[in-house]
Amino acid sequence: MSIDLSQFHQIFYEESFEGLEAMESCLLDLDTDSVDSETINTIFRAAHSIKGSSGTFGFTEITEFTHVLETLLDQIREGSRQLTQAHVDLLLQSVDCLRGMLSHLQAGEPAESDVAKSLIDSFNAILNGEETAASEPDDDQSNAATVIDDQPTVSTDNRAEKTEYVIRFKPELGMLRTGNEPTRMFRELAELGEMDVTCDIEKVPSFDQLSPEDCHVSWEINLSTEKEMSDIQEVFEWVEDDAVIEIDMVAGLFIDPPTDAAEQVSQAPQEELVIEASSESDKKAAKPAAKPKASTKTQESTSIRVGTDKIDSLVNLVGELVITQSMLGQLGTDFDLSKLAKLQEGLAQLEHNTRELQESVMRIRMLPISFTFSRFPRMVRDLSRQLGKQVDLKLMGEQTELDKTVMEKIGDPMVHLVRNSLDHGLETPEERIDAGKPETGIVTLNAYHQGGNIVIEIIDDGRGLDRDKIRVKAIENGLITESDHLSDDQVYDLIFQPGFSTADAVTDVSGRGVGMDVVRRNIQELNGSVEVHSEPGLGSTFTIRLPLTLAILDGQLISVGVQTYIIPLVSIVESLQVDTSLINHVAGGCDVFRLRDEYIPIIKLWEVFGIEPASKDISDSLLVVLEVGSSKVALVVDDLLGQQQVVIKSMESNYKKIEGISGATILGDGTVSLILDITDLVYMAGIHHQQSRISHLKAVDDHRAA
Amino acid sequence: MSASPNNLGDQDNNVSEVDLTLKDNDEADQYLTFIMADEEYGVDILSVQEIRGWESVTPIPNSPMHVKGVINLRGTIVPIIDLRQRFGLENIEYGPLTVVIVLKVESEKGERIMGIVVDAVSDVYALSNQDMRDAPDLGDHVDTAYIKGLVNVDSKMLILLDIDELLGSDSIPEINMPAIKEMSHEAH
Repeated sequence: MSIDLSQFHQIFYEESFEGLEAMESCLLDLDTDSVDSETINTIFRAAHSIKGSSGTFGFTEITEFTHVLETLLDQIREGSRQLTQAHVDLLLQSVDCLRGMLSHLQAGEPAESDVAKSLIDSFNAILNGEETAASEPDDDQSNAATVIDDQPTVSTDNRAEKTEYVIRFKPELGMLRTGNEPTRMFRELAELGEMDVTCDIEKVPSFDQLSPEDCHVSWEINLSTEKEMSDIQEVFEWVEDDAVIEIDMVAGLFIDPPTDAAEQVSQAPQEELVIEASSESDKKAAKPAAKPKASTKTQESTSIRVGTDKIDSLVNLVGELVITQSMLGQLGTDFDLSKLAKLQEGLAQLEHNTRELQESVMRIRMLPISFTFSRFPRMVRDLSRQLGKQVDLKLMGEQTELDKTVMEKIGDPMVHLVRNSLDHGLETPEERIDAGKPETGIVTLNAYHQGGNIVIEIIDDGRGLDRDKIRVKAIENGLITESDHLSDDQVYDLIFQPGFSTADAVTDVSGRGVGMDVVRRNIQELNGSVEVHSEPGLGSTFTIRLPLTLAILDGQLISVGVQTYIIPLVSIVESLQVDTSLINHVAGGCDVFRLRDEYIPIIKLWEVFGIEPASKDISDSLLVVLEVGSSKVALVVDDLLGQQQVVIKSMESNYKKIEGISGATILGDGTVSLILDITDLVYMAGIHHQQSRISHLKAVDDHRAA
Repeated sequence: MSASPNNLGDQDNNVSEVDLTLKDNDEADQYLTFIMADEEYGVDILSVQEIRGWESVTPIPNSPMHVKGVINLRGTIVPIIDLRQRFGLENIEYGPLTVVIVLKVESEKGERIMGIVVDAVSDVYALSNQDMRDAPDLGDHVDTAYIKGLVNVDSKMLILLDIDELLGSDSIPEINMPAIKEMSHEAH
């Protein structure tokens, strides 16, 4: 009987990576001075699961590696070894190493084990070097090893005093369904010492009522072992929630009289049967989780873990939809005008159902941002050491949800910004003390929802951006001229220009002069924006704004001539009818109009797109003021039609990228409407190179006003 | 062993040559033909997804004249190309008989769905490669890469189009069909 185990590989990788993540975050939480036993246990459990399942799948490199790791952890857990910072470092390195090995395996390559070997050596050095301090390293090793070793090795070692335990193990009916296998546990118990099992089959129903999936039997086990109570508890670790487990210590070497032969006989065949049926799957049972998950067929395809509640609500909604559909169907078979009200009611319900269904489906793609945040504690820890700075990382709003695709793409820009904050933003401890600030700098990652957007803030309490330095650098690079008077925010915004870096020395961490512009471009590709705010001496805040999803857009419908276009609502600042007296023509072919204290360049959509508008007179038209990056433009349109959520469809899939258009959508009447790409439009209208002149005008104006 | 399938293939081709006149020949490709300015054109029927009546489109700004715009084909955005304008033929008003042939085009970036506007759909023919003659060399100024070949059926000339070549690339070269026609008629 052979089961194709490769179908479980993907799940193994996912679980192992998750386990590694858990290990990493716990390791970072560890305080070497006061070790929290629960944290150690969590790390141990994660390592243990990885070891168990890698053994099942035959990834011996991983099994061997996790084994030594586990041995060390076990000693720390038992308290026989004091946890030191060196241990934590080594363990963190092992997490990286394991991650690398797993990635190799996932890519179908052999797990590269040079690093692993040297790490194993380091572990062994620790384990052997202090062998006297360790209580029973050999025993621990064999104990840990037997879990993956299917050979039940009954301990005949009598040198330690044996204790007698009575274990009452009453599984609940559904225990077998969670993938737990009593035989496996008995086998593990047998390894701990001599054992006697009595099986209680009183509750087993008559054969016609017997459901093979239910567990009706319970056991009483007499175990004589020199191991601790906790070792026994560990065997039952995965079934704690599914069974009643009582473990009592019986004083002395008293041994129960042999149990009733008849009962033993009745128990034996059952056990055998179970082994027969699950000799393959009981290895898999070593894995803790039997959670529902999206199965993936190919290695490349990504999967997503969805909470059962989300699936349940989907099923409910589909159920409601079916009911509405059948109601409408019934109505349609013999319809007359007297049923009009009912029809309208049904249609309203249909609309309601559809909208809820849509929202529900979108929610499935939503994941808490903690998936992205979780990589930062480790990064900050390593970086702060490298830079010789003391940094406290605070995470806020980790449960804020956003679309998986957005999340995948926002990781790298965020890494860059956090690196920047650590490298450039925060001062060294000495500098901080000199500035009268606490030695330890604080970097905060904060996420929250605002309207249809998610806002991610990266806040540091460092020295802030150096306005003058940026300005000098920008003049050097020809981005601005000496005579330009810019507001603080405008100066700070310059750091997002290509090829801009003020780092005095190019460090390994940041400062290569590529980056901030890439950060902004990546974020803009997601229809988002990034801006920076800074106070000298107090720190800086980078604010990233992103749409919750890439599939749906809040749009403003506008009309030009007979055409309807859609403007992303996020980029609209305001819409207004304009007095022609406020419009000036700047030499160079660009109209600007004055909105309060700003001069805003005007883009005539009909001109850019070469279509016939209802009127070419601006006083008959409306101006839609749009924000592009940090500057503003005004779009001349004939009319505003309405706002609605639109589903974004690609133009590229069947045609090609069209300048000025980011995509298309289908309106309620079935016609196609094009979605405007504002950044493109500005470029098309040739306004981009005039921006500095406009901002210059504005600055002069500010100057006059002051 | 490896040679025998080839031999078999040769035999099949021989058979098809003998049965040249037969329609629905298994070895021949089937072509859907359509009429445009009194000429009959053919496209590989396997690339035809569906045939629709003309409906109004959403124009694409700053696109070439022959790209009429995009339509909503059951949730997919499909560009519509006017083949008359594409070939530099005289424009006509779209009427109730104006037909859009929706084609699956192989491009560098994968399969695309595109529609072409033609005057009317005509017939389906089974034609083998032996029937086909290469388009005559029309000099450097006329690109004939999108013409698969010319075929005579019932004393009519069919122009078989290679739609992947015609619609698959982003940069669409200017085509002067009257010139090609004139020269190919002369060639006959």
